[in-house]
Amino acid sequence: MRRRVIFDNKVLPYLLVAPQIAVTLVFFFWPAAQAVYWSVLLQDPFGLRTQFVWLENFTTVLSDPLYLNSVRVTAIFSTAVTLLSMGAGLLFAAMADTRIRGVQVYRTLITWPYAVAPAVAAVLWLFIFHPSIGILGRALLRLGIPWDYKLNGLQALILVILAASWKQVSYNFLFFLAGLQSIPKSVIEAATLEAGPARRFVSIVFPLLSPTTFFLLVVNIVYAFFDTFGVIHALTGGGPAKATETLIYKVFTDGVINVDLGSSSAQSVILLIIVVTLTALQFRYIERKVHY
Amino acid sequence: MAAPARSERWIPHFILAVGIAIFAFPIYFTLIGSTHDAATIGRGDMPLTPGTHLVENFAQAWNLGSGEKVRGTPVRAMLLNSFVMASAITLGKIAISLISAYAVVFFAFPLRMFFFWMIFITLMLPVEVRIIPTYKVVSDLGMINTFSGLTVPLIASATATLLFRQVFMTIPDELVEAAKIDGAGPMRFFWTMVLPLSRTNIAALCVILFIYGWNQYLWPLLITSSREMETIVIGIVKMIGTGDAQTDWQIIMATTIFALIPPVAVILFMQHWFVKGLVETEK
Repeated sequence: MRRRVIFDNKVLPYLLVAPQIAVTLVFFFWPAAQAVYWSVLLQDPFGLRTQFVWLENFTTVLSDPLYLNSVRVTAIFSTAVTLLSMGAGLLFAAMADTRIRGVQVYRTLITWPYAVAPAVAAVLWLFIFHPSIGILGRALLRLGIPWDYKLNGLQALILVILAASWKQVSYNFLFFLAGLQSIPKSVIEAATLEAGPARRFVSIVFPLLSPTTFFLLVVNIVYAFFDTFGVIHALTGGGPAKATETLIYKVFTDGVINVDLGSSSAQSVILLIIVVTLTALQFRYIERKVHY
Repeated sequence: MAAPARSERWIPHFILAVGIAIFAFPIYFTLIGSTHDAATIGRGDMPLTPGTHLVENFAQAWNLGSGEKVRGTPVRAMLLNSFVMASAITLGKIAISLISAYAVVFFAFPLRMFFFWMIFITLMLPVEVRIIPTYKVVSDLGMINTFSGLTVPLIASATATLLFRQVFMTIPDELVEAAKIDGAGPMRFFWTMVLPLSRTNIAALCVILFIYGWNQYLWPLLITSSREMETIVIGIVKMIGTGDAQTDWQIIMATTIFALIPPVAVILFMQHWFVKGLVETEK
């Protein structure tokens, strides 16, 4: 990555990197180090004495039924959001990749929800599924389904999954469409002689899309884990009875609302390990892509 | 290739139309809601055709941000806050990433790769995994409830730095050589060559980053507590509160429409830049 021709200047390069390095040190590395430091300390209830407790905070967190509940919620939530939004994105991309009229218009009309903030997506779904003002919420009640996501945990989970996926489809759509359009037309035409459209998609197109699919898988898991805080905060607040409390939401509740430093820091460190794993996976994919 | 059979031609249109309807319906419902009065929505049998209170509701949201039951911040104030926050994050990220990528690519200096990796690693430290300690830093610096607290901690950008680094790597050595022979210093080369050569990438990144900034939620929720600092995304959620049936839904819905206009307009009018920016930053 070295250039042959470079400028020589002893001070200027440091001045140029200084702003970014200052921000990363003060607001990224120092706080992350603090989180690791606090995760091995225990404070007494009055915050007067602090002692080093090795991994006690971690064993406490990992054996806490409430934490295990949020692990379960996160697993269901992220799996559902990833499958739903990638599935819908792929379906719409495959349809828009056909030679039909008005593809540009379709593309624009499917792309715009990318602009909607997760919290605003949640609000839009709340308007529709509210048990007393929402058109679909009331329709469900009329059908005899006791719909109230503020009381029923399963319904709350379904609603946050739908709102979070709705917002993410456009992203997957754009990447799948780009992936589909990069498949050489000659390959598709050759396959047309052999098989019908459905079989052609399963045995030729989908395998060729695998780099895009893998990349999107990682991006969607990261989205479901970290970027959906707003959806849950706006719709259910983690409730009812912690039915929608994901790992991120629990760090927020324990740290900001309950001010439990040790536990919240241990949870942060666990999340940190998850992010590092996911990022490493993502970059492995990029390295693989270079060989293609 | 033979023309597709009739059934194959209408299936894509049908599926795409269903998709578009699923995406558009929540907005349509919200827009219709913002033209009715509180009683019509509260009864739960709001018609799917526009009512007669459009101007009144939007004016009330714009000027007061509140109805009879909810107290809110005026939409014009919240929009301004969101706009300032999103612009500051966008410009900040682009400015500091441009200059740090420039330093890493065009200079040889001790610790060069160390700095590059430091910036790169921030990808693995999203705000969610360091909530409390970062809040503490901001509060120790006296930046709670300030625009600098809202924006400065978010302007480090590994993705933008990586992108600009890639762009700068494609600038041919001969160009740098020629500039040096002509006696241009590094800063002059930056302003006259590097910046103009990166302008399409900057434009594309601007679109993505503006939306990123506008849609921030967890960070403003932590850092701002005063009414005057509220962004519009936070403001809507606060107005809903516990979500009782008897609240000023028409004002909340009008506010939601206001919150959607700027980012959706950016995507629609700068579609080309948006797609370019999205695909490039993820490479």
